[in-house]
Amino acid sequence: MELFLSSFHMLARLDVALALLVGSIGGVIIGAIPGVGAAVAIAILLPATFSFEPIVGLTALLGIYGSSMYGGAIPAILINTPGTAVNALTTYDGYPMTKRGQARRALSLAYSASFYGGVLAIICLIVLSPVLAWIAPMFGSREIFLAALLGIILVVLAHRGQVFAAGMLASLGIFLNSVGLEPVRYSRRFTFDQSWLASGVDLIVVVLGLFAISQAFLLLVDKDDAPHAQPVDGSLFSGLKELFQFKRVATVSSGFGVLMGMIPGVGEFTAQFMSYTYARRTSKTPEAFGDGSPEGLIASEASNNAVPGAAMIPLLALGIPGEALTAMMLSVFYVHNVVPGPGLFQDHMDFVVALYIVMLLLNVIVLVFLMFSTNWLTKIIQIPTRFLGVIILTLSFVGVYSLRNSFTDCAVASGFGILGLILKRLNLPIVPIVLGMVLGGIMEVKLRSAMARVHTPLDMVDRPIAAILFAAILLVLGLHIRTLVREHKARQDEPDHDIHDTQTR
Amino acid sequence: MERFQTLQQLFKRYRRPGDLVFATVFLLVALFLLSQLGKQTVWASGTQLFAQPRFWPAVGVFGMVGFGTLHFLSSVASDRIAGRWQEVGFWLRGFEFVAWFLGYVWLVPYAGYLLATMGFMAVLTLRLGYRAPKTIGMAVLTGVGIVLLFRTFLQVRLPGGQLYHMLPEGWSSFMLTYF
Repeated sequence: MELFLSSFHMLARLDVALALLVGSIGGVIIGAIPGVGAAVAIAILLPATFSFEPIVGLTALLGIYGSSMYGGAIPAILINTPGTAVNALTTYDGYPMTKRGQARRALSLAYSASFYGGVLAIICLIVLSPVLAWIAPMFGSREIFLAALLGIILVVLAHRGQVFAAGMLASLGIFLNSVGLEPVRYSRRFTFDQSWLASGVDLIVVVLGLFAISQAFLLLVDKDDAPHAQPVDGSLFSGLKELFQFKRVATVSSGFGVLMGMIPGVGEFTAQFMSYTYARRTSKTPEAFGDGSPEGLIASEASNNAVPGAAMIPLLALGIPGEALTAMMLSVFYVHNVVPGPGLFQDHMDFVVALYIVMLLLNVIVLVFLMFSTNWLTKIIQIPTRFLGVIILTLSFVGVYSLRNSFTDCAVASGFGILGLILKRLNLPIVPIVLGMVLGGIMEVKLRSAMARVHTPLDMVDRPIAAILFAAILLVLGLHIRTLVREHKARQDEPDHDIHDTQTR
Repeated sequence: MERFQTLQQLFKRYRRPGDLVFATVFLLVALFLLSQLGKQTVWASGTQLFAQPRFWPAVGVFGMVGFGTLHFLSSVASDRIAGRWQEVGFWLRGFEFVAWFLGYVWLVPYAGYLLATMGFMAVLTLRLGYRAPKTIGMAVLTGVGIVLLFRTFLQVRLPGGQLYHMLPEGWSSFMLTYF
């Protein structure tokens, strides 16, 4: 109780309340505009939040992270265009419902399922907190190294059909992180005698280039488009009641979201597809899936909204981000010298609980906001895409230039913007580069400190958690090889689809 | 967009035109970095392998070369997708906006954040083919909004424009502080 009071005291400030409100509502709006997405918004706002206290900055960023998927469901359902990449599966059942004249029902169900998934994930977090606080101190250098290695392997293998591309891009991330003065002997690594490379390649510059500037370039070069969504009539509260008819699907899907969110490198797509498959297999009307099934819509939205809460677990407990957005948030911690990891749970539990409360509140704020403002948001969707590109490019300037007022940073970010443009056009993943940079840095530091006490290779895995992580790495690799062999034996024609289209990310 | 049949299909991503060009360029860059590994990193004698300054750049570069080679070979072995060079043309068109962006970055310390942003948004909007005065006005107003949010309200660190120094004393310090 004292802990909760202390956490509430931390949050009971005007700047935190403002950050929560602006972050949550801003996140919905950003999510609703196809072509922006949470990653772009967080990348742009990241440097601005460095001047805030950690709780204020993280509240604003968590607000955007947790609410963008709510907004992303609007264009997915109304115009068959996902607002954020993870709303792609929502189009499968949401848009057919709109075509049948059930747009209000689809939106209402999507909001309710998102709320259910979001809240359930936070409840799981709160329930798991004592366990996390117990387990986290068992993670020493070698365990964190192995967990980061597992994260890298998972992020590569999760990009099925593009494992080679994901591998080369994750390796690029590891390489980029190693450029500059190395921290022990201060020798130069791949600086080519250029002074601007001595301090290395800044993660924020790379992130802004790959996510924000690339998206601006993509919109500016591509044909102009102004999506048009019809307004929705009637109350949106009915979905809350209808959701309880499908509470089994909503609960299991949220559970998948929590589970997949906790595992670094996996994330929303895996959770969604597991949930969708489960919902279809157990449904009385499996033939309706992909043609306007309420259960399919609930499975998609409940699972993707459960991920942000769960994704905070490896970040807060171990300091290991599982995907790009939490990787960006990690930099907010570092800037303020707050080191996420076992120590955070031991020494700053009130801070952790405060973040849980923020996530809970943002779900409530967003649900209430959406119930009354959906029709207003359908007008915002109509911003012409090229004009949107101008706005994103102008905002990207603030993000990059405010770091060090450096022209070079902007030039480097533009270079990564072009790389991001190419990757998005080729439908290649960007996330492995960012995770390669972040996890590569963690692996370098942790392996070096772990090796001081490791004399034989077996010493590396002689502690229980390290052994479990090592077994998990072997299991993941083994399962991947088994799947490849099975697929090779049962070869069949593979239809192309846009479900992983990275252009919306 | 065809509907998927199995979970495995859902996870898969598919090739797009221009894949071979990117795979080739990436592999060439990776090979160049590999050729520079000895020159651009040092090997510290008497230090464990994992603590060597060269170790992590080597992990990255070898990974780039290894996976890059496999990706290149899979692109070569795949059926050609029509539209390769149109796609490369699309990528190259992005460089025009790199120039616009860097021009804007160059202008800010001289003209100040407010004027440079208003001008940048208006001119780029015109360049993109919007001609209606309402749209240009919206662009300028959006620019003012961005400046008010980030510079005036959030006090983000940006340099004051040299142009502001030409203003009368009171105005000059006001503009330098808030715009």
